[in-house]
Amino acid sequence: MTDPILELTGISKSFGPVQANKDIALRVMSGTIHGIIGENGAGKSTLMSILYGFYRADSGTIRVKGREIQIADSQAAIAAGIGMVFQHFKLVENFTVLENIVLGAEDSALLRPSLRRARSELRALSDDYGLSVDPDAVIEDIGVGMQQRVEILKALYRRADILILDEPTGVLTPAEADQLFRILARLRTEGKTVILITHKLREIMDITDTVSVMRRGEMVASVTTSQTSPEALAELMVGRKVLLHVDKSPANPGALVLEVDNLRVTDAKGVQRLKGISLTVRAGEILGIAGVAGNGQSELLEVLGGMRAGTGRVRMDGQDIDLTGKHSDGRTRRAHGIGHVPEDRQREGLIMEFFAWENVAFGYHDAPAYNRGPLMDHAALRADTSAKMTRFDVRPQNPWLTARNFSGGNQQKIVVAREIERKPRLLLVGQPTRGVDIGAIEFIHRQIIGLRDAGAAILLVSVELDEIMALSDRIAVMFDGQIMGERLPVATTVQDLGLMMAGMAGKAA
Amino acid sequence: MDKMPKWADVVLLPLISLLLAGAISALVLLATGENPVEALGVMIDGALGSTRGWGYTLYYATNFIFTGLAVSVAFHARLFNIGGEGQALLGGVGVTLACLMIPWPHWTLALLAAVTASALFGAAWALIPAWLQAKRGSHIVITTIMFNFIAAALLNYLLVEVLKPAGIMEPASANFSAAVHLPNFADMLAPFGIPFSPQAPANVAFLLALLAAFLIWVLIWRTRLGYEIRAFGFSETGARYAGISGTRIILIAMVISGALAGMMSVNNVMGEAERLVLNSAEGAGFIGIAVALMGRNHPVGVVLAALLFGFLYQGGAQLSFQMQIPTEMVSIIQALAILVTGALDQMIRAPLERAFLSLRKARA
Amino acid sequence: MDFLTFVQILDATLRFATPLLLACLAGLFSERAGIFDIGLEGKMLVAAFLAAAVAATSGSVWVGLLAGIAGSLVLATVHGLAAITFRGNQLISGVAVNFFASGITVVVAQSWFAQGGGTPQLSGAARFEPIIWPGALTKIRELRTADPLSQAYSELISGHAIIVYAALLLVPLSWWVLYRTRFGLRLRAVGENPAAVDTAGISVVRLRFAAVLIAGVLCGIAGAYLSTALQAGFTKEMTAGRGYIALAALIFAKWRPWHALWACLLFGFLQALALRPDVLQDLIGLRVQGQLLDALPYILTVTILAGFVGRAIPPRAGGEPYVKER
Repeated sequence: MTDPILELTGISKSFGPVQANKDIALRVMSGTIHGIIGENGAGKSTLMSILYGFYRADSGTIRVKGREIQIADSQAAIAAGIGMVFQHFKLVENFTVLENIVLGAEDSALLRPSLRRARSELRALSDDYGLSVDPDAVIEDIGVGMQQRVEILKALYRRADILILDEPTGVLTPAEADQLFRILARLRTEGKTVILITHKLREIMDITDTVSVMRRGEMVASVTTSQTSPEALAELMVGRKVLLHVDKSPANPGALVLEVDNLRVTDAKGVQRLKGISLTVRAGEILGIAGVAGNGQSELLEVLGGMRAGTGRVRMDGQDIDLTGKHSDGRTRRAHGIGHVPEDRQREGLIMEFFAWENVAFGYHDAPAYNRGPLMDHAALRADTSAKMTRFDVRPQNPWLTARNFSGGNQQKIVVAREIERKPRLLLVGQPTRGVDIGAIEFIHRQIIGLRDAGAAILLVSVELDEIMALSDRIAVMFDGQIMGERLPVATTVQDLGLMMAGMAGKAA
Repeated sequence: MDKMPKWADVVLLPLISLLLAGAISALVLLATGENPVEALGVMIDGALGSTRGWGYTLYYATNFIFTGLAVSVAFHARLFNIGGEGQALLGGVGVTLACLMIPWPHWTLALLAAVTASALFGAAWALIPAWLQAKRGSHIVITTIMFNFIAAALLNYLLVEVLKPAGIMEPASANFSAAVHLPNFADMLAPFGIPFSPQAPANVAFLLALLAAFLIWVLIWRTRLGYEIRAFGFSETGARYAGISGTRIILIAMVISGALAGMMSVNNVMGEAERLVLNSAEGAGFIGIAVALMGRNHPVGVVLAALLFGFLYQGGAQLSFQMQIPTEMVSIIQALAILVTGALDQMIRAPLERAFLSLRKARA
Repeated sequence: MDFLTFVQILDATLRFATPLLLACLAGLFSERAGIFDIGLEGKMLVAAFLAAAVAATSGSVWVGLLAGIAGSLVLATVHGLAAITFRGNQLISGVAVNFFASGITVVVAQSWFAQGGGTPQLSGAARFEPIIWPGALTKIRELRTADPLSQAYSELISGHAIIVYAALLLVPLSWWVLYRTRFGLRLRAVGENPAAVDTAGISVVRLRFAAVLIAGVLCGIAGAYLSTALQAGFTKEMTAGRGYIALAALIFAKWRPWHALWACLLFGFLQALALRPDVLQDLIGLRVQGQLLDALPYILTVTILAGFVGRAIPPRAGGEPYVKER
């Protein structure tokens, strides 16, 4: 417990203008479980990718067991005793467990002797660490928990001393997660070092010895877990940012616009993404959905926006909406008066190769105003685009630029202008200010409030707590496909919401 | 900002690709002991030096405009239709049936019927792979290749067993009646007192091809459907967001594509051979791939690329007459064009983009 | 139909199946590594030409074979550069390879031999001669009167060029390489999930290039067989779509070596039958159109692709250039 097994100093990494890691220093002691916590986009994954040779750091040094090393590729990382369990497993689906473990670590050109040795070694590893798997099972036939064990065994088979797990419980049920933690504890007992990357406070508190907190690319603190509290960590994670101030009058909620009852969504792999969501949004109010990314918010927006099917009941202005996807899609949702600012403007909200004026029609391209007989009325479209660009201060004010040529903020303004100016009864908004500069953030916030004041119902999904706090009239917190509870912004704190987002508070509160 | 100006993408890149393809072809000629400069001279003279040359050049170009448009419409929906050849063969069957089954009083009526029939037959042949792609996920590239072979076998069967008149050995349909003879360029230009070689096969179908190019331009860049096809081609998730049905777009784009490939037969079957023979499309369906890639999937580019390949075909024929260089030389150029504009795009684009970036930096 | 005719058809089946099998195995290695290869046809064609041309000039079929393989390897390298290094469209690259082959073979053939795009007839040591096994009958008169066992032995087992036997041996060999060696494991892995291979510290690019080059060698042998064993010399477009039939067989076989053998034998059998319409008519009392037999491999493949007769699932990473990402 006295020597650092891994020591990073001055690690920096930029992607273009974005600095993902800034002068990171980290010391991980041998034989401990070291947590790294931070919000999405805080730079945790970039740091770990540098450790595993996926990216080269722009500057800084890496020491393993006291020796400075260069990690040029995964092979070098493996040689240095670093093993990685990725969030998305890197397994060959139609191979057996044994084949996956041996892949890349074979003894000789012939497979059989390698497999034979691996089989006996696997048995030994299973016994040592309490990781039982069936070596002959095919990956696609076993559950995710078991697949994760295979990833851990893969690393151990390569004699990893440092095991990095990236958001390992994201795909696990609580029972599976508990089992994983028992395995990690066992690994520690056997002298291995574990680095656990997560955004879940509970996991950090439950299992780690030490925890380092990252925020916006920087390592802001490293503390002993037993000497801190979830509240303190939540504050470190979110930071004492200057709360964005948005001028808004109290809400004046009107009639029920959106009623969602027991909404469920199952994805292509058969995993339940929404586990019975019920909520309502009234005219003239903003319901903010807080939560860590990946807890079902995307699916909620998609099913309401007509992009995927679900079960349950959704009513718009008292009328039932088809959720099977057979008689409905994004187009029919728009006809119901639902506007949608999607989470991912580049993949969904815009066609990046289209001109601005073509994007202004996207989703509304069959609107009468944009058409003249069988042809699209380009003149009308361009005029409308110019007008929208003026009203929303899109720069450069040139309808003939492709979407790709605008900054993130201006791209988002184009989407927001398109959706808001349709005067929807309900506006679905996902991550409205992700990758958007400060000036544009304020502008977009004002537009959303303006739409609310004009009597529209707004469902806002954001992983930015500040944004949720500043805009919402009511806040619901989602975790693991469920609503954990509802709060009024005036009656809650960041810490309170943060705990709910980490799945630590029940519906009772 | 874009990495390089639009004109570089639209004009410079294809031009460099073309020059590269030409340079490698010249090397091939050199290696076979021929003089590339002399060869180019022969080609220019043979293809553009007389009205007869022009007539052949435009005849070939007509085929390639149709097939090039066919490939490009599918490309806009991110579908690679390699089945243009088979669709063109089937289109030929449509033309033949339309011309032989009804005694048309005038060629204009026959033309209308032939266009309709060829488009229907070509579209039907493309519809099956399209349906399999949209509904069953069968890879459209493989299915359209298979459909080319099935089309060839089907045509063979029809010619040998059904369409061949009794007492004739050659597998070919009966000759069409004189009434359905399409006016060639000599016929069309005579009223204006412009002399044109009467042997040249270029005919009224060339105008039809230009009309088709214009209509496809309108479709792709002016209509809602074209907007949806392009949106789907660029981003399937985007299309889902906007409520554009992928199944619908795949089916429609392939039907249009197949119809265009089929309509090629109005030119070669009705306008030139005036009967249906084996392998009537003569590879024009495949050249459509090169034409679409070179023409950047834009009708104007397709027409220009089709003219270029028409020139290469006619010039290539002259090469074989005068210099004993086989016409297959054109396949080499065609292959190189496809390779450099299609698959090795990055090889040329990356250095070009770097050049423009450093140029911009130097200026700033 | 007498037994001898039956044996003769099987004999022809084997001869027709050989180039299909070699090309099919070529496609198998390439596609199992995640690189689509519709350029099998072109690689075979170039190899067929070079093998015949060099055999004709050198007088040695073995030198010809090497030349054929070399020519095929050049095209394979081009495909590799386009598909792996420059991450281009693998299908477009394959199409280009095919066109290039149909052009270059005729142009060069004309330049070298001036015989209408073909090579001179090959004979003697410039051809792969049939290997007559001990005790095999070679005279048709003797064969006719011989007992069935000896007929089968003389026609079917004996009397093939060495490449036929080699191709048959390549089936278990390919199986062994794919399923019993380290290389095979990695090759199959890179076609299913290149990220798994990459994170295991193995070069995706090198593996995929190896697979593409193996495909080049096998297509080279297939092409050489066409022009120096099945036929005696190269003629224009002599592959006649065999590369595409091999592709069809590959899908039919669902990318597995032993199944590739059965699929190629089936398609070879169809080709052999198409040459003997009389036999077929005798057999089922109905005149079967030769064209239907020609089209049958393709129709079967489309049916398989449509998932009506068991689903053919290609290697999961097939056709996609690998871009490193977390």
